[in-house]
Amino acid sequence: MPHGATWQVDMRLAGEDGLEIILGGRWCIDGNLPAGTVLLDALNERIRGIRFSSAALAEWDSGLLTFVAGVVKLCGARGVAVDAKGLPQGVQRLLAMALAVPEQKVALSSATAQGLLAQVGRATIESFRGLPQMLQFLGEITLSFTRLIVGRAHFRRGDLWREIEQAGPRALPIVFVISFLVGLILAYLGADQLRMVGAQIYIADLVAIGMVREIGALMTGIIVAGRTGAAFAAQLGTMQVNDEIDAFKTLGISSIDFLVLPRMLALMLMVPLLTLYAGFVGMLAGMVVSATIFDIGVVEYYTEILRALEPKHFLVGLSKGTVYGAMIAFAGCLRGMQCGRSAESVGQAATSAVVTGILLITITASIMTIVYYRLGI
Amino acid sequence: MTNAPPNADTPYIEVRDLAMAYGDFVVQHDLNFVVNKGDIFVVMGGNGCGKTTLMRALVGLQQPATGSVFYGGEDFWNAAPEARQRLKRRLGILFQGGALWSSMTIAENVALPLSEYTGLAQARIDELVSFKLALVGLAGFEEFYPAELSGGMKKRAALARAMALDPDILVIDEPSSGLDPLTARRLDELIVELRDGLGTTIVVVTHELASILSIGDNSIYLDAESHTMIATGNPQDALKSGDPRVRHFLTRGAT
Ligand SMILES: Nc1ncnc2c1ncn2[C@@H]1O[C@H](COP(=O)(O)OP(=O)(O)OP(=O)(O)O)[C@@H](O)[C@H]1O
Ligand SMILES: [Mg+2]
Repeated sequence: MPHGATWQVDMRLAGEDGLEIILGGRWCIDGNLPAGTVLLDALNERIRGIRFSSAALAEWDSGLLTFVAGVVKLCGARGVAVDAKGLPQGVQRLLAMALAVPEQKVALSSATAQGLLAQVGRATIESFRGLPQMLQFLGEITLSFTRLIVGRAHFRRGDLWREIEQAGPRALPIVFVISFLVGLILAYLGADQLRMVGAQIYIADLVAIGMVREIGALMTGIIVAGRTGAAFAAQLGTMQVNDEIDAFKTLGISSIDFLVLPRMLALMLMVPLLTLYAGFVGMLAGMVVSATIFDIGVVEYYTEILRALEPKHFLVGLSKGTVYGAMIAFAGCLRGMQCGRSAESVGQAATSAVVTGILLITITASIMTIVYYRLGI
Repeated sequence: MTNAPPNADTPYIEVRDLAMAYGDFVVQHDLNFVVNKGDIFVVMGGNGCGKTTLMRALVGLQQPATGSVFYGGEDFWNAAPEARQRLKRRLGILFQGGALWSSMTIAENVALPLSEYTGLAQARIDELVSFKLALVGLAGFEEFYPAELSGGMKKRAALARAMALDPDILVIDEPSSGLDPLTARRLDELIVELRDGLGTTIVVVTHELASILSIGDNSIYLDAESHTMIATGNPQDALKSGDPRVRHFLTRGAT
């Protein structure tokens, strides 16, 4: 801000019931300008009209306009007449344009501020409201799968391949890193406990069974939920914003068949495969740790794994992977399809897809673990 | 009366007592008008008066608050899902933003309705696609993705998609916004040609005064303040002797 040039405003009574506002100096937005409400005190009962005088005005931009508009609004609320003739011509014209179209009085639904308690309550109600929608979506997907089985579901095979490629091969590096580290942690954890009973070789059992049955699927699920589930929600959400989903609807093409089905299939195929991969990487990490830190021979470790792993463990891991894949795709597509019509809601849809996906994975993981335990698998 | 047999008196498209709302906010109410077969029907009105919302109600994307739309006497909104599906098949829609499917090329966009509903051989579909794209002046852009086109080109590609199945009724939301004057004029000519050549009935939302006056056979003016329609009729007549608010609009506020 240049020195010396600042805004000035003075007020002078004009006649019986008038007030003259004398503007001077530099009225630019970077000049820490006052609000129109500085007049509040001067506008007492007696004043019936105001006018402006701007002879001393040196420089102005929209800062002056907002000030004057604020004054006009204030006066309007109190029934005080405003005479703008004393303002520079340009200001008068712009002001007239800004005030020409009356403000729309449309109630926006969610704009009111709420207390914490009300917010929590509302969020709880919302999440229960979401349940019927979720069930409806589940129903639509079930119907779509039925159509797929009888060969009447239409989608482009190319879309399926693209989703498979995105979800599967491209996730290999991150799944490798995470599974290797988790396998390593498991091995250390086990080694510490098993050393006490002198049964360190059982590290192999612990890591192999743990990774193949449970942790491989869980880690893969969480990675894919973050990578692919969020991407699904963002893709479908953007399509919602651009009316692309509506374009499907008006053509009578089922957006569930066309968009959701290939994504469900891709994840139901790729997550179990990634789970298998994660299991092997975890075992590899266990082997490295055992061999280098705890002096267990590679061959010894290998034969112990062969002894410990049964086909049923693989079956459990693969089935969990498939279910998690379905859950992630379900959450991603659901949130994408529910997306509002702004860029902000696309972001929310992606976040919500990850949260919902991980929540669904955790719930189904618990259920399946209990069921498999009861069945003795 | 949902399945009245069409006869000479049955209007081709009739909107009866239609009201549309978002929550408590009534966008438009008490809309009553008829679109004749083979007409170019213009929906006019200022920004935010509810033209797009009306279009969404016409094509089955937004349930009206009250009233309904009748196609050949058949109540669209109270029809059984299969009947509604059959009616929708007769409509082609061009959205305000184009709404091209972004993961497909332009050619695939236009081809999809054809391959879904016609069972034509791929070669035949390709031919049709090239022809439709040539009609809108986009020959040679077959393999482009929507993101690689300019705004006006997207609009034209979307029109090609809307025309893909040779619909009986074409609903167009602002065809010429974002087009240069020559292209806009060509598009107007194309709309008239579609009507003359194929007998398509066209409902078009537009602000373009030149097109309103040159191509519109009939029109409706939606008022943003009273939230209802204040005039119907030929736009030329409206300009000469219509409601002052409509004249005001058609002369860009000069009267
Ligand atoms: N999803 C929505 N939720 C709430 N209000 C909406 C929504 N969409 C539109 N509106 C409101 O409905 C009114 C009509 O919107 P619409 O999009 O139909 O206008 P329009 O006549 O097509 O305008 P334009 O000429 O700018 O395209 C506007 O006031 C708008 O604020
Ligand atoms: Mg619109």
